[in-house]
Amino acid sequence: QDTQEKETVAPERAEEAKLKAKYPNLGQKPGGSDFLMKRLQKGQKYFDSGDYNMAKAKMKNKQLPSAGPDKNLVTGDHIPTPQDLPQRKSSLVTSKLAG
Amino acid sequence: FSGAGGGNDIQWCFSQVKGAVDDDVAEADIISTVEFNHSGELLATGDKGGRVVIFQQEQENKTQSHSRGEYNVYSTFQSHEPEFDYLKSLEIEEKINKIRWLPQKNAAQFLLSTNDKTIKLWKISERDKRPEGYNLKEEDGRYRDPTTVTTLRVPVFRPMDLMVEASPRRIFANAHTYHINSISINSDYETYLSADDLRINLWHLEITDRSFNIVDIKPANMEELTEVITAAEFHPNSCNTFVYSSSKGTIRLCDMRASALCDRHSKLFEEPEDPSNRSFFSEIISSISDVKFSHSGRYMMTRDYLSVKIWDLNMENRPVETYQVHEYLRSKLCSLYENDCIFDKFECCWNGSDRQVSFFSLIVMTGSYNNFFRMFDRNTKRDITLEASRENNKPRTVLKPRKVCASGKRKKDEISVDSLDFNKKILHTAWHPKENIIAVATTNNLYIFQDKMN
Repeated sequence: QDTQEKETVAPERAEEAKLKAKYPNLGQKPGGSDFLMKRLQKGQKYFDSGDYNMAKAKMKNKQLPSAGPDKNLVTGDHIPTPQDLPQRKSSLVTSKLAG
Repeated sequence: FSGAGGGNDIQWCFSQVKGAVDDDVAEADIISTVEFNHSGELLATGDKGGRVVIFQQEQENKTQSHSRGEYNVYSTFQSHEPEFDYLKSLEIEEKINKIRWLPQKNAAQFLLSTNDKTIKLWKISERDKRPEGYNLKEEDGRYRDPTTVTTLRVPVFRPMDLMVEASPRRIFANAHTYHINSISINSDYETYLSADDLRINLWHLEITDRSFNIVDIKPANMEELTEVITAAEFHPNSCNTFVYSSSKGTIRLCDMRASALCDRHSKLFEEPEDPSNRSFFSEIISSISDVKFSHSGRYMMTRDYLSVKIWDLNMENRPVETYQVHEYLRSKLCSLYENDCIFDKFECCWNGSDRQVSFFSLIVMTGSYNNFFRMFDRNTKRDITLEASRENNKPRTVLKPRKVCASGKRKKDEISVDSLDFNKKILHTAWHPKENIIAVATTNNLYIFQDKMN
């Protein structure tokens, strides 16, 4: 039973070693906070003028009030600028399954 | 075990395929959910473009006794539209995450469809008569000159070409901060639950302006977040019982009679793991992507990245059976992590409820890569791998089983792990409640297979 389990897991460990070799800074806890936070925030983020101006102000003035309790939310310098605006995808035709 | 039911393998044959042939798949056409209604007469699909397409099975043709009715388009409508969360500057996708049918109570059909934020109750009704013979209007709608009316007549209903209309009857909105992953209708047929990453809400089908929060796993400090809710389902018979699964591979069973907020589970199902076997991937691949009760409610099945597990509700400390879906992927986890495939959410389903007469007659179906899908038959103790492909197009020809060569010398007709197409994933499958008819969704096509009728 033990040998069988070790045989099963050995490829997994080898894969882990490969991954760590490629990305040495990979976090210790893959299932932890950062990873899950990213999952919670999925969705196309669009330009937000408030966030954009906050980010601009931050560049000039290092003394900004500290972020609120939800500091893990993506804001400020993480968001797209007007130059990076993604094109909104077009609507809405009949599904090809019904064609 | 000995096969209690006689142990004959089902012989699956291609029946139909729906959708575009071309390889260039538009995002909107990606199928995101598939569901038969309670009679199996209707088959609904939802897609990334927020559209629902419903197929109806033709009445059985007595002269064509060697095939069951085909599924043809019955109704199609735009269920959800893209929206914008102005506060967070985030787009709300119109993708249909789940469809669940209500049992039929009258002539109309009802279903719930949901995207990340809003659940809608749709009424699908037929109109096959229309009133004719108005006194003041012509048939084309133009008004008649009242002075030309010399007699009065009573309008009558005359047959017309069948029209199927879908109308939204209820919109259940603004109750979820996070993304809805599941909806499940209660056996009381009056209430249903909706689950997002951190919370589960209970709704009444008639009431849209409020819902009750019954599970909340959001920590006070988000830094302490360790797991999220991945799926939830009501028990098929006990209207007070539901389960929810997590990203850490656990399932919690809750009883709504115990307290208003079911934060403390009644049962916790978890398979113990040897800590020495842990790797970077362990938690990710243990995340449960789907949970489904058996028809009796005695068993439930969970799907994680590499396996399907069957649990007996009376035994919390380990599953009664574990089936390996594609164990050969364990030695590919590094690249599957890099291309994000390791986060793919495969669903699973049982064979039709009518056929689940005993523990032995249970069959499990789930998808894999390369447009392969797998079935595990408790009766015959056998498993099979089949492929949804337009190359196997001949009706009434039994599908050829596929085999993946994990390592070593590849035999003829086997496919090596490195040749698998990881862009061709079967995430959604459904099994007709009464017949051996299955619906299998590839990226943008819907395949229907049936067992060979003699």
